Amino acid sequence: MNQSNTVIEIRNLYKVFGKNKKKALRLSKEGKDKNQILAATGSTIGVDNVSFDIQKGEIFVIMGLSGSGKSTILRCLNQLFKITEGSIKVNGTEINKLDHKDLREFRQENLSMVFQQFALLPHRTVLENTCFGLEVQGIKKEAREKKGKEVLESVGLNGWENEYPNQLSGGMKQRVGLARALASKPDILLMDEAFSALDPLIREDMQNLLLELLADTDKTVVFITHDLNEALKLGDHIAFLKDGELIQVGTPDEIINSPANDYIAKFVRGVDLTKILTASDVMKKPHAHVNIKNGPSAALHTMKEHGISSIFVVDRAMSLKGIITAEEASYAKAHGVEKLSELELTQSPVVEESLPISDCMGLIAESSLPIAVTGDDNKLLGVIVRGSVIAALDNQKEGE
Amino acid sequence: MSKIPLANYIDNAVDWMQDSWGPALDILSEIQDNQVRFLTEFLSNTPWWLIVAIIGLIAWKASSIKLCIGSVLGLFLINNLELWEPFIETLVLVIWSAVISMIIGFPLGILSGKKNGFNSFIMPILDFMQTMPSFVYLIPALLLFGIGKVPAIFATVIFAMPPVIRLTDLGIRQVPTDLIEVGETFGCTTFQMLWKIQLPVAIPTIMTGVNQTMMLALSMVVISAMIGAGGLGAGVLESIAQLKNGQGFEFGIAVVIMAIILDRILQGLGKSLQVDKDR
Repeated sequence: MNQSNTVIEIRNLYKVFGKNKKKALRLSKEGKDKNQILAATGSTIGVDNVSFDIQKGEIFVIMGLSGSGKSTILRCLNQLFKITEGSIKVNGTEINKLDHKDLREFRQENLSMVFQQFALLPHRTVLENTCFGLEVQGIKKEAREKKGKEVLESVGLNGWENEYPNQLSGGMKQRVGLARALASKPDILLMDEAFSALDPLIREDMQNLLLELLADTDKTVVFITHDLNEALKLGDHIAFLKDGELIQVGTPDEIINSPANDYIAKFVRGVDLTKILTASDVMKKPHAHVNIKNGPSAALHTMKEHGISSIFVVDRAMSLKGIITAEEASYAKAHGVEKLSELELTQSPVVEESLPISDCMGLIAESSLPIAVTGDDNKLLGVIVRGSVIAALDNQKEGE
Repeated sequence: MSKIPLANYIDNAVDWMQDSWGPALDILSEIQDNQVRFLTEFLSNTPWWLIVAIIGLIAWKASSIKLCIGSVLGLFLINNLELWEPFIETLVLVIWSAVISMIIGFPLGILSGKKNGFNSFIMPILDFMQTMPSFVYLIPALLLFGIGKVPAIFATVIFAMPPVIRLTDLGIRQVPTDLIEVGETFGCTTFQMLWKIQLPVAIPTIMTGVNQTMMLALSMVVISAMIGAGGLGAGVLESIAQLKNGQGFEFGIAVVIMAIILDRILQGLGKSLQVDKDR
């Protein structure tokens, strides 16, 4: 990994809750499990020897069920919890060693947080909530409100500046939460199950909004969730935690295709694959295609050779020009057409390579023609037929 | 086993306080006495209808037109019963004592809400202060300050202070954890945390404490008539001594009217300070 790009570096992090920290730590290093340690010391191991790096500009998802230690790690990152052992470096600063005043400045300048239950201040308007971080930093009212209004507009809340939080819906509250976090221009955004309290449709809106807002920035996001679909959608990397231990870190593809153990595999089984797999994952290579400069005879020949009833027509750069069926080709041949370019070609249904299969399903069901998958410049990359989708979904299941 | 001379200890302690703090207490007493006397005289010389109008206006602004009308009618009745002078005397003592209770109580409550050590130190003291029969406070007050309004204020402040400390403490402790985390994440100083998050969120609870303190102050000020506080309490006391049933009721009703007006105004104020109205 490129060292200069690492924003957060966590090494051998331990967090013990309870009084008998030293003994609990020792037992944990001797290999005793969580329950044994709890029985022996009355202390709980929240985070157990976790190390990983987070790169600049990525969305790093920490995934796990409740009690897995994911929120604890997040709270160690901004030192809401003091760590028991190990080190956390943010931009090279070992933050677990900062004194009170330096820590306060570090928090003001480097991070902000979005909370699961929104945590808006009930006595402040939307605008005042948004400006909270700037206000704490001592920014003048006029300047901070200008900035606050900008950010509110970017999250789609212009016109709501003077309302109080209790007048907003859950989704809107979290937009304010997001605006508040973004207003103080942090390098790092900590999101603690930020969308978990929202209903599914709103949650998806918020996920898209987050991706949109992050598109042109190099902000690093640490995102906590227990929802693997969300993790796979947002994450550049995903860290899987169980009982305070790190089980696997990887890209979404790595998590789906090679889960480290049964526990993760079980999670992956529950995933709606149609939302994760894209057109390019299920397409077949387009072995059969015909150049637009060839005639109908060549098209018929290739179709016969591959045992298919229609064929994609491309130019020399593999750019898709259309599709021709065997019937059309025979008709053209009988009428003495010499080159396919003379014909008005049927346009086959086309999807882009990055489209999730869930969004192609309708098209696949309706169309009698094969579906072309295209990349940049309308380049033909592959073909989807009904069978290939079913096969792909089935393969993934067996791949567990 | 012989009786522990607890009473002697207390007597000695109060004697010692009298001897060593005597001059200081005298000065404090003098100042308090002058201020209260001045305020009482000032309000007594103000035309009674002006005071009725002002209280009515406050009731209107803080609560509703209903309370305003009720207050004005009540005050008219007090004036009609020729209890205006003792009413003003008692009102000044109640508000004066309650304000002193709050001035001392708020910082103690905030400290108690923020520091667990101080909390476990002060809570038993508050329990003691609240359960001790209120008459008992009159004795040391009498010994330290003599007869008059100042010992009444002293006893009232001790008796009325616990709720404001307790509920300020409670209000601060009840602030949801995630709001505290917001403050910490965005880098608040201790003061910013208190001023921008803890106190505003705790206001409704704190106002309940203020209300209770005011009510306790009223009850104690009436009792303090026994050590020369004057006001409505003196009238009640006189009625008891002379078995004047009707007169006792007249004074009693005046106390009730004052209690209702103060209580409702403070409740209304509490509600208007509470932004997060549940709908």
